[in-house]
Amino acid sequence: MTGRIGAAVSRIDARKKVMGEARYAADFAVPNPLYAHLVTSTIGRGAITGIDESEARTVPGLREIFSHANPLGLEPDGMFSTGGHAQQGWEPFAGPDVRFYGETVAMVVADDILAAREAAKRLRVAYSAEAPAAVFGAEGLEPEELPDMALSSGDLDAAMEAAAERVEVEYDTAANTHNAMELFATTAVWSGKDLTLYVPSQWVEGFRAGVASELGIAPERVRIVSPYVGGGFGGKGSLYTFTPMVAAAARRLNRPVKLYVTREQGFTTASYRAETQQSVRLGARADGRFTGFEHKGRELSSRPDTYVVNGADKTARMYHADAVRTGVTCVHADRQTPGFMRAPAETPYYFALESAVDELARRLEMDPVELRRRNDIDAEPVNGVPYTSRSLMECYDMAGEAFGWRDYDPAVGSMRDGDWLVGWGCATAAYPTQMAPCAVRVHFDRTGRARVMVASHDLGTGAYTVIAQAAAEGLGLEVDRVEVELGDSRLPPGTIAGGSISTASNVSVIQIACERIMQRLGTTPERIDVAAVFDAFGQGAIEEYAEWAPRGSRPNARGGLYGAEVGIVGGPEEEYTAFAFGAEYAEVRINRWTREIRVPRLYGAFAAGRIMNEKTATSQYLGGMIWGLGHALQEKTEIDPRTGAVMNDNISEYIVPVNADVMDVRAMMVPEEDTLVNPAGIKGIGEIGIVGTAAAIANAVHHATGIRVRHVPIRVEDLIGTG
Amino acid sequence: MRPFSFQKPGSVEEAVAVVEPMGVAGQGGAFHAGGTTVIDLMKLHVLQPPSLTDLGGVLERGIEEGEDGTLRVGAGTTMAEAAEHPAFLRAPVLSEALWKAASAQLRNVATLGGNLLQRTRCPYFRDNVSACNKREPGSGCAAKDGINRLLAVLGTSESCIANYPGDWANALILFDAVLETRSGGGGREIAFGDLHVPPGEDPARETILGDDELITAIRLSVPEWASRSVYTKVRDRDSYAFALTSAAVALDLDGDTVREARLAIGGAATVPWRAREVEDWLAGRELTEDVAVEAGRRAFAGARGWGENDFKIPLGRDTVARGLMEAKAMTPRNSGDSQ
Ligand SMILES: Cc1cc2nc3c(=O)[nH]c(=O)nc-3n(C[C@H](O)[C@H](O)[C@H](O)COP(=O)(O)OP(=O)(O)OC[C@H]3O[C@@H](n4cnc5c(N)ncnc54)[C@H](O)[C@@H]3O)c2cc1C
Ligand code: SF4
Repeated sequence: MTGRIGAAVSRIDARKKVMGEARYAADFAVPNPLYAHLVTSTIGRGAITGIDESEARTVPGLREIFSHANPLGLEPDGMFSTGGHAQQGWEPFAGPDVRFYGETVAMVVADDILAAREAAKRLRVAYSAEAPAAVFGAEGLEPEELPDMALSSGDLDAAMEAAAERVEVEYDTAANTHNAMELFATTAVWSGKDLTLYVPSQWVEGFRAGVASELGIAPERVRIVSPYVGGGFGGKGSLYTFTPMVAAAARRLNRPVKLYVTREQGFTTASYRAETQQSVRLGARADGRFTGFEHKGRELSSRPDTYVVNGADKTARMYHADAVRTGVTCVHADRQTPGFMRAPAETPYYFALESAVDELARRLEMDPVELRRRNDIDAEPVNGVPYTSRSLMECYDMAGEAFGWRDYDPAVGSMRDGDWLVGWGCATAAYPTQMAPCAVRVHFDRTGRARVMVASHDLGTGAYTVIAQAAAEGLGLEVDRVEVELGDSRLPPGTIAGGSISTASNVSVIQIACERIMQRLGTTPERIDVAAVFDAFGQGAIEEYAEWAPRGSRPNARGGLYGAEVGIVGGPEEEYTAFAFGAEYAEVRINRWTREIRVPRLYGAFAAGRIMNEKTATSQYLGGMIWGLGHALQEKTEIDPRTGAVMNDNISEYIVPVNADVMDVRAMMVPEEDTLVNPAGIKGIGEIGIVGTAAAIANAVHHATGIRVRHVPIRVEDLIGTG
Repeated sequence: MRPFSFQKPGSVEEAVAVVEPMGVAGQGGAFHAGGTTVIDLMKLHVLQPPSLTDLGGVLERGIEEGEDGTLRVGAGTTMAEAAEHPAFLRAPVLSEALWKAASAQLRNVATLGGNLLQRTRCPYFRDNVSACNKREPGSGCAAKDGINRLLAVLGTSESCIANYPGDWANALILFDAVLETRSGGGGREIAFGDLHVPPGEDPARETILGDDELITAIRLSVPEWASRSVYTKVRDRDSYAFALTSAAVALDLDGDTVREARLAIGGAATVPWRAREVEDWLAGRELTEDVAVEAGRRAFAGARGWGENDFKIPLGRDTVARGLMEAKAMTPRNSGDSQ
C-alpha cells in the first residue's frame, strides 16, 4: 500500500492546479452578474461631508452607488475575538465617520467591471479631515492596558536582582500586509431566499454565520463556497465587510454581484499584522539559568476594536525562569483593525525573546545553543504545567549538525570572506498545538472508493492530500481511491483553518469515522477485502458521520459545531502544555561596502509529533522560513504618519522575497511521538516555520557586524555608515 | 481606466502624425511601446490619455554594430534582446544594467525607448491624491516630509525630489549616446545627456522631447576598454527591485592607474547622473581603496537628504567605491588594458 499516513505523497490536487482546473472563488462564473467596485477614503480620520455622484452617474452602465447615504442595512456581526466572525466590529456605512485611510466609504455597482471602476473614480467624496494618529509616536493614540491577559509568577524584581547578567531592551516590529497571490473577492448569487457566496475563505462555517447575522437571515439560507484558496495565512480567516456588502447589494439589485478587491485596496480593507513595540527583561545566573523574564508588548489596533496577539503569553512558557511577568497594551489608533497573519502572536514576540536570549548569551560569553539547553524544561514555568512532549534540544542538535554549528566562532566579524562579512545565528521556534471540534462524513462503497466530506479548507497547504491519506489509512485503501470534498459550508462542519489546527483535528475525526466503518463492516484496514466485506454486510455502500472534540473542550462543544463556534483549545492548558518546537540556524553575508544582507543558508529542524506527509510538511516549513526571511529583511507596510496612508500598496514596493533571495533553505524533521496531545499524535506545522527565522537572522547580523538591530525589517540603512 | 482610443499606425511618419499632443501633466496623448509604464500609470489614473499610439511593428528593433565600436540600437528593441546582445555583453555595464532591472516578464516586452522614459516611482506621484508638483503643477510636494526612502538626494529641488528610477540610462550615459528622434517637424539628434531635465521649478517637464517626438534609435560609441565595466546595483532584494543606489562604472586602466574613468549614479538622482567631475579627478590616479572611497565622497558632495532617504548619501558613496573596486578587479574580455 502506498500513500498512507507519513508517506511523501504529492498533492492530489496538483494536476488540477497546474491545468487551471482548480476553481478559486473568483473563478466561478455566474449568470448575468453586475460588478462592484469599492471606493476607499483618502483621509485618515474625520468625516464625509458630502458625496457628489453626478459625474459618476454619467458613466454608462452604472447601476447603484452605496454609501452611508444609501446604506445596505447591515448589522455588525462582531469581531472574531469577541465571539463574532468578522475582522472588524463595525459596518463601514454606519455613518459619515472615517476611521482610517483606505476605509471603504462607498461601493459602486455597474454592468461591467470597467464601468464600475470608472464610476468609482468619478465619485467625488468630500471630507472634513483631522490629523490622524496612525502610527506609534503619533499624538492622540489611546493605550488600553489589558491586565486580564497578563501573567505573573514569582517575584520578578527579586529574580532580576539575583541575576549575574541581564538584558533590558526594546524591540520593534513593523506592520506587514498579506498580499496573497489570490486577491480578495466575493460573488453573491441569490436564488429566492437562498444566498450562495463564492469567497476565498479559511472558515466557511464562520463566514456563513457572520453573513447571515449581518443580513438578518437564517444561516441555513447561506452557502459559502471556497474549494481552493490562493494563499490564506490568516488573511481569509475572518469575514471582511465587503462580503456581506456584496450579498446585500445583490439582494437589493436582484442580480448576482461580483467584486474584486484591488491589490491596493487589499492593504486597507483586510487584515494585516500590526506593528508592535516590546520590552524584554531577561536575567541569568552565571551558569546561564534564567532568573527572571519579563515581556511586555504594545500593539496597534483600530479605534473601536481591541485586537491584540499577546505573544508574551507564549514566550513566557518557553524556558526556565524563577519568575515571569508579562503584559500587553492595545494602542488604539486611526487604523484598520489588524488580524491574523501566519503565527500572529509568535512571529513578533519570538523575534524579541530569541534576540534577547542571544544578547544574554553574549553577555554570559556562552554559546547561544548551550544557553538554551541550560534552560530547557519539562514543564512551563508560569503554572508548572508539564509539556505533552518537547524536543527542542533535539531540533537544535539535528539542525546544528547539518549547519556545522560546531565550527561557530563567537567573535564578531570572525568569519569574513573577502568583501563579505559572514555571520551565524540561531533561534528557537515554537508554536502551540491547538485543535478544535469538527465533524466529518465518510462514504465508502463496494468498488473500493471512499469520499471524505468536511467543511475544512485547503489554502495550498495540502489539506486535500493529507485528509485522503488519513482515510486511506483508516479504510485500508490506496490514497488515489479516496476523494475529498472541502471548502463548502454545506459539508459537515469543520474547523477554521487557523492556528495550525486543521490536520490534527481532521485526522482525529476521520480516524473515528473510519474505525466505526471498519467495525460495522467487521474488518480492519490491514485485513480488508473490500468486495467480500460489502457482500457480507449486505449493502453496497456505507456512510459514517463522526464528530470529535479535543480534550479540554467545553462541555457539549460538539453542539457548538452547529453554531459556528470556533472552539479552539490547546497550547498552554490546565492539564498539559502542548507546543511544537523547532530550531533555526541562519548564515548571513553582508557586503562590507553596501551592506545588503543576503541569506545563503537557512536550516531548520522541527519536532511536531506525527508527520502526515513529509512532502507537504516540508513545503510548510520551507514556506514559513522563507516568509520569515522576508519578515526579517524586507516586509514593511509604509504608512505616512501625516495621513495614515499606506505608501507602498503594491507588490513592487512592498518587498517580499523572490527566488534570488531564497538560497539553501532546508527543513528537517525530528521524529517525535506524542500520545497525549490528541489521538492522532499530530501537532500543527503550518505556522511554526516562520517563528524563529527573524531572530536567527538578526542574531547572525550581529555576529557578522557587531550591530544589534532590535527591529524588523533590518535593511541596508540599519547597517550603513556605521564603519 | 478611462476609455481611450488605441491607434495602430503603420509607420514612424504616421505615428508622429496621429499621436495627440503629449503635454506634460498626463492628460495628453501617449505612445505605447511595451506599455509597462504607460498602462501601469493609466490604471492608477495618473495618466489619462484620450488616445494611445501604438509603436508595435513601427519602431526599429535590433542592434547594428559599426566598425569603430559604434552601435545603433533600435528604440523598439526589448530589454531582454538587448541584455543578451553580444555587443552589450562586451561592455558588461550595458547588459548588466538591463538584466538587473525589473523582471524577466517585463524585460520581454519593455522597449529601450520606453525604458529611458520610464516615470518615477514616487508614491505620492502614483497615489493620484497627494500634493505633487509633477502630477499637478503647483500643488506642492508631499514627498519632501513624507515617505521618501526611495527618492533622490542628488539633483533635487524644493519642488520635487523624485528619483529617476531606471537603470539602463545610467549605463547609456557613459557612452556619449545620441538619440535619433522623429516628429511632425522632421528628425533631429539629441545628446542623451540632454534628454532628461532636473526638476527645478517645473518637475512636470521631465525631458526636452517635443509634444509629438518619437525616439527612433539610440547611437552610442563603446570603446574597447569598456569591457572593464560594471553596474553595481544595491536594492532591497536580490532581483526584481528598483535601485536604492547604483553605480555604472567603466574603467580604462594602465596597471592600477586610471587612464579614463566613467561613472554614473542611479537610484539616488533625479535624472541619469553622470559624475564627470569625479571622472576627471580619478584620471591619472592610482585606483586604491582610499581613492575609490574619496571618489564616492566627491560623487555625493552636493547631495541632500530628505529624512528617510538620508542613508542614500553614505550608501551612494559606498556604492561608487564598490563599483570602482569591482571594475578594477575584473578580468576584461578583450584585455582592455591596451598598452
Ligand atoms: C514592477 C516593475 C518593476 C520595474 N523594475 C525596474 C528596474 O528595476 N529597473 C528599471 O530600469 N526599470 C524597471 N521597471 C521599469 C521598466 O523598465 C519600464 O517600465 C520599461 O522599460 C518601459 O518600457 P515600455 O516599452 O514598456 O514603455 P511604455 O510604457 O510603452 O512607454 C513609457 C513611456 O515612454 C513613451 N515612449 C515609449 N517609447 C517611446 C519612444 N520610442 N519614443 C518616445 N516616447 C516613447 C510612452 O509615451 C510612455 O510615456 C520596472 C517596471 C515595473 C512595472
Ligand atoms: S517628489 Fe516629485 S513626484 Fe514626488 S510628490 Fe514631490 S513633486 Fe511629486
